[in-house]
Amino acid sequence: MEPITPEVIAAHNLTPEEFTHIKELLGREPNLVELGVFSVMWSEHCSYKSSRIHLKRLPITGERVIVPPGENAGVVDLGDGWCAAFKIESHNHPSFIEPFQGAATGVGGILRDIFTMGARPIAALNSLRFGSLDDPKNGHRNRSLLAGVVAGIAHYGNAFGVPTVGGEVSFDDAYAFNPLVNAFALGLVRKDQIFFGKATGVGNPVLYVGAKTGRDGIHGATMASAEFDEEALEKRPTVQVGDPFLEKLLLEACLEAMRSGAVAGIQDMGAAGLTCSTCEMAARAGTGIEIDLSLVPQRETGMTAYEMLLSESQERMLIVAHKGREREVGDIFRKWDLDAVVIGQVRDDGRMRVTHNSEIVCDVPVKALTDEAPVYERPMKPMSLNAGSADVSSADASQARVPPLSQDISTGSSVRADALNADGTSALPANTSPQNYNEALLHLLSSPNLASKEWVYRQYDHMVRTNTAVLPGADAAVVRIKETRRALAISLDGNGRYCAANPRAGARLMVAEAARNVVCVGAQPIAITNCLNFASPERPEVMWAFSEVIDGIAEACRAFNTPVVSGNVSFYNETEGRGILPTPVIGMVGLMEDVKRVIQPGFKNAGDFIALLGATHDDLSISEYASVCGVQSDDPRVPTLDLEAELAVQTACLRAAEAGLLRSAHDCGDGGLAVALAECCFSSLNREVFGADLDITGDYDLATRLFSETPSRIIISFDESSLGDIEEVVAAAGCPMTLLGNVGADRLRIESDGEEVIQLDVAELESAWRSSLKDKLQAEVLAAGAE
Amino acid sequence: MKFGVVVFPGSNCDHDAYHVISKHVGQPVDFIWHRETDLRSYDAIIIPGGFSYGDYLRAGALARFSPVMNSVKEFAAKGNLVLGICNGFQILCEAGLLPGALIRNRGLHFICDHVNVRVESNNTPFTHELKAGGVLRLPIAHADGNFVCDDATLDELRREDRIVLRYCDRDGQITDAANPNGSRDNIAGICNHERNVMGLMPHPERACEDLLGSSDGRDVFRSLAGTLAAAA
Repeated sequence: MEPITPEVIAAHNLTPEEFTHIKELLGREPNLVELGVFSVMWSEHCSYKSSRIHLKRLPITGERVIVPPGENAGVVDLGDGWCAAFKIESHNHPSFIEPFQGAATGVGGILRDIFTMGARPIAALNSLRFGSLDDPKNGHRNRSLLAGVVAGIAHYGNAFGVPTVGGEVSFDDAYAFNPLVNAFALGLVRKDQIFFGKATGVGNPVLYVGAKTGRDGIHGATMASAEFDEEALEKRPTVQVGDPFLEKLLLEACLEAMRSGAVAGIQDMGAAGLTCSTCEMAARAGTGIEIDLSLVPQRETGMTAYEMLLSESQERMLIVAHKGREREVGDIFRKWDLDAVVIGQVRDDGRMRVTHNSEIVCDVPVKALTDEAPVYERPMKPMSLNAGSADVSSADASQARVPPLSQDISTGSSVRADALNADGTSALPANTSPQNYNEALLHLLSSPNLASKEWVYRQYDHMVRTNTAVLPGADAAVVRIKETRRALAISLDGNGRYCAANPRAGARLMVAEAARNVVCVGAQPIAITNCLNFASPERPEVMWAFSEVIDGIAEACRAFNTPVVSGNVSFYNETEGRGILPTPVIGMVGLMEDVKRVIQPGFKNAGDFIALLGATHDDLSISEYASVCGVQSDDPRVPTLDLEAELAVQTACLRAAEAGLLRSAHDCGDGGLAVALAECCFSSLNREVFGADLDITGDYDLATRLFSETPSRIIISFDESSLGDIEEVVAAAGCPMTLLGNVGADRLRIESDGEEVIQLDVAELESAWRSSLKDKLQAEVLAAGAE
Repeated sequence: MKFGVVVFPGSNCDHDAYHVISKHVGQPVDFIWHRETDLRSYDAIIIPGGFSYGDYLRAGALARFSPVMNSVKEFAAKGNLVLGICNGFQILCEAGLLPGALIRNRGLHFICDHVNVRVESNNTPFTHELKAGGVLRLPIAHADGNFVCDDATLDELRREDRIVLRYCDRDGQITDAANPNGSRDNIAGICNHERNVMGLMPHPERACEDLLGSSDGRDVFRSLAGTLAAAA
């Protein structure tokens, strides 16, 4: 075996101090196999060594929480014996190196996390972030990354047979070299049939099931725990190749085996494959585990112990069966044409012992790999903040948009403005009056961040399993639970611009927005999962932003009574020293008692009243309007969120929805009031466009009233006869409400102080909104489809 | 009357078909594992959508070798009803129970959307409760739904009134813009010469409840059940 030199240690991404600690824990030098095992288990990806001390501050308990963070997925109680298992996970690094397979295996991994718990996946969502599609230099690559990622998600999810029901896609130059691909999945499980990743019962057989092991994905977890350099693409062999067909068989076989009662514990082989599943199962049960690699089904010859232990071949599981029932488990997997082999047993000695060709190749205490993994309290340094402080000069303030480490990408907004010019349409002049607000609204609706994402979700089967009550494109996706009258609403929300300007406030805003989105379809928010995407934790300002984000999420989750039940941290999202914006993505799950009460964003009936719940303030400075229309602010700051006011708005909307008073509800978010109103007018599945006649006379200047992104606002519409009841519900919740006008025929007309400020055919608005992404991506279609 | 839903490795709309038959048609239904060969207890067989064998090699190309398919052929030869939806249509074409083939969509993408289809023939056991010329709003979800056949086959399909559904706009006009995948002659569904085997790319089983966006698919299953009831 290769001697352990400082170079070998460094190549394993271990520090000299960490290596010394390993020697102390073992009381000797590790061999190369053991070093490999330590390096993956102690990697940031598996050990959470930089984030662990901060994650402790998140609220993780609540009356509905059945399984808190720490298992493969979190589980919440839905009533009547039903539970939902859900989690979000990043696959950022592999997706940049190989977008199609990177994204596909991200979906595969999160689905396994769900059915490992005994839950059948019923919904998948994803949150995607890329560089600007219009960037003259990198636009092509950004477009082909998007096309590849979307094709990969479609490839895996569609064939597996889980509906991909929603999510988000957004663009900012900060993600040009580090796209974010966060995959969410949710499954249903009976409360008394939840399975755990525990190697219980000394003497119980350990079975390897699913796909054979190959040399793919070796050191994937380590790859995901380091920043990229210019040779990033040479890391392509660390990306795995997914087989959704095999995963579908694995799902059915696992659920069947679990129903048989022969399974004691089960764990997905994801990051760090056989190594991680083996020692984590033993660690959770406080036992030891012994396996023989010679028995592992292999699809290549001559694999070493090192390669087999670190392979991240997909679609594999480790099962601990009840002693004497291993044959039953084997029969079920053979029915599905899958391998199922006893490779070892549970022991009582607290050690992970691996043999290969009758030789012990790894013998380490389980605790050394898990509990004893390093925990770092990394140095933190606040980055310049501007939120709410008036004494920041405009020069400093514009820099505060992004962390100091990424100054050379802080020109994002000017790139966007250039791109508009390249289209032959000029960016709007700043602060000149009178403005052409018709033009501004059209610009906004066709900007990639606000435009329809139909091009993306049309490629995902979002209807399979016939539960999707709200199709993609609404505030939140809704999937009903067939066996009950209930339904679940799910929304994924992130915003790097806000969190870069003020991480704590930005994180609070994301939780609030996610909760509001769930409320808009008529569901009560019950719990969240989160995916925390950051640059290198070794940079004090990144670590500080991370800590702030944790506190922001914690505060908001307490306010909404939505504990964190699962999550994932993705650090080292940086390439050649350029990092991403701090980007927490919140996955909010809400519950509705009666799926028939579901509310959608679109207006339903001409003549209905339109009202705004909540109040508008001056929150224009880092809005889409400021960015798209090139309006520079002297005082850029994130919108102010008053958690009490937010709760009042959500309560008002939810009570009105539950009482059946609403015809529609839509979050008034990115792009502001005018954009949200236009979206309410657009056509949908079973209805034509509507128009609206509105009067927005009020405080603040016109641009602010039209485009300000003040949170805690919801646009509702209802029948005239419901006005009295709605006023009562809204007053009881302590929420302000302003009547704006009526649903009309086919034009959007907005006036203020007796003057018409917007007057457009809804068909024209909708066409700008619907065709924008499709037009930009037409060229990439063929390339991605050919995969 | 008893229905059977065939389950191949990789079928994933099997639960949806099962749900519609048991819940909305209200009739007994079994899953039939692809290795089973005894279909004597069934009155109608549904080959559901999904990705049988991962759609590897070609959609439906491997499933046709499953043991159950010989039995399905015998079952059909006796005049029993066989309905193939999406991947099921692809399998029926590969198995030679229906003419033509389904190739990659002309845009090369997987497409999931609601589309309009016009009822070209209500002279089948699957559509007799529908109005000829009527427009149905049904979901599609496929990457390989582009129906192709040679001129002689197309002539025969037309002559024998075997084109059952065609993609159209919401007013029932057959236009190229309303053709989502490039299918020849906008064909969305056909039946065999004996009219007891039908294949279609749209998913009527996903359109049986207003909650899901459309209930236009219900009449397909109502027709099917009506035919069986009349025969009983």
